Amino acid sequence: MTFGRGLRALSIASVVLICGAFALVFFWAPNDADQGFVQKIFYVHVPMGIVALCGFVAGGIYGIRHLRTGDRAHDLRSYVAIHISLVLAVGVLLTGSIWARAAWGQWWVWDEPTLVSFLIVFLLYACYQPLRFSIEDPERQARYASVFAIVAGAFVPLNFMAVRMADSLVHPRVLGTTGGAMPGDMRLTFLVALAGMACLFVTLWKYELASKSASIQLRSLKRRLAGEDDLAPLQRSTAPQQL
Amino acid sequence: MPALPLDEAGKYVAAAYLVFLALILVYVAIMAMKLGRIERDISELAEVASRREEERV
Repeated sequence: MTFGRGLRALSIASVVLICGAFALVFFWAPNDADQGFVQKIFYVHVPMGIVALCGFVAGGIYGIRHLRTGDRAHDLRSYVAIHISLVLAVGVLLTGSIWARAAWGQWWVWDEPTLVSFLIVFLLYACYQPLRFSIEDPERQARYASVFAIVAGAFVPLNFMAVRMADSLVHPRVLGTTGGAMPGDMRLTFLVALAGMACLFVTLWKYELASKSASIQLRSLKRRLAGEDDLAPLQRSTAPQQL
Repeated sequence: MPALPLDEAGKYVAAAYLVFLALILVYVAIMAMKLGRIERDISELAEVASRREEERV
């Protein structure tokens, strides 16, 4: 199984889109009338948030496919999608805090539904790796992890909708139909940044899949060459160890 | 809160973009380390294969 197909084109597209987005952010998109220059954080914070949440949902979809087919490659896809989404979620929390400090004068606002709900989603997924590590049998580990990915993945859009329906205290809602509509140049910049972030996510996802798959295949080849009896049993790991 | 002046806002914007850049760099560095491990494993396997070939000859 080859996971690295199309990686070169994706890498080039990611670099072009991300660099293009940053150029648009700093040289083309106007400063926000209300927040001024600090609103530029929007173009990295929001795309990261959207892509992270979509990655969590994708993890759930691959979880369903794993449970339906029993194909371990889907478990690996789910694991890597959730792993990269967690990295992006850390970025969302950090950039959000920096923006909050600049715009509201506080690093964190506990009574704001958007912030707290994202933190809950992040903490929920932070349990995913310990859950995997706590199960020694690879078959059970993959099955339980898929169930977790599906349940948590279903929670993400529900949580998102609940937050959209709640009254916001300070966090703006700029992408809805009723929220402040973005001017065309800001919207285009945002869309390029979003496309760049999505492309980066897919590139890193395929990159890690290729790396994990190579490690798994190498380990299996090593065991076949050395003979199973000469090697210690597989160590417990959070990542899938068989395909 | 009124909009921050450019010199003050610039620090926050730079910090946010640096966070993004740092995350990507750390991720790529970890992946590079893993790639190094795979390379070592491959050379080990190549050694085993060549030893086997010598034994056969």
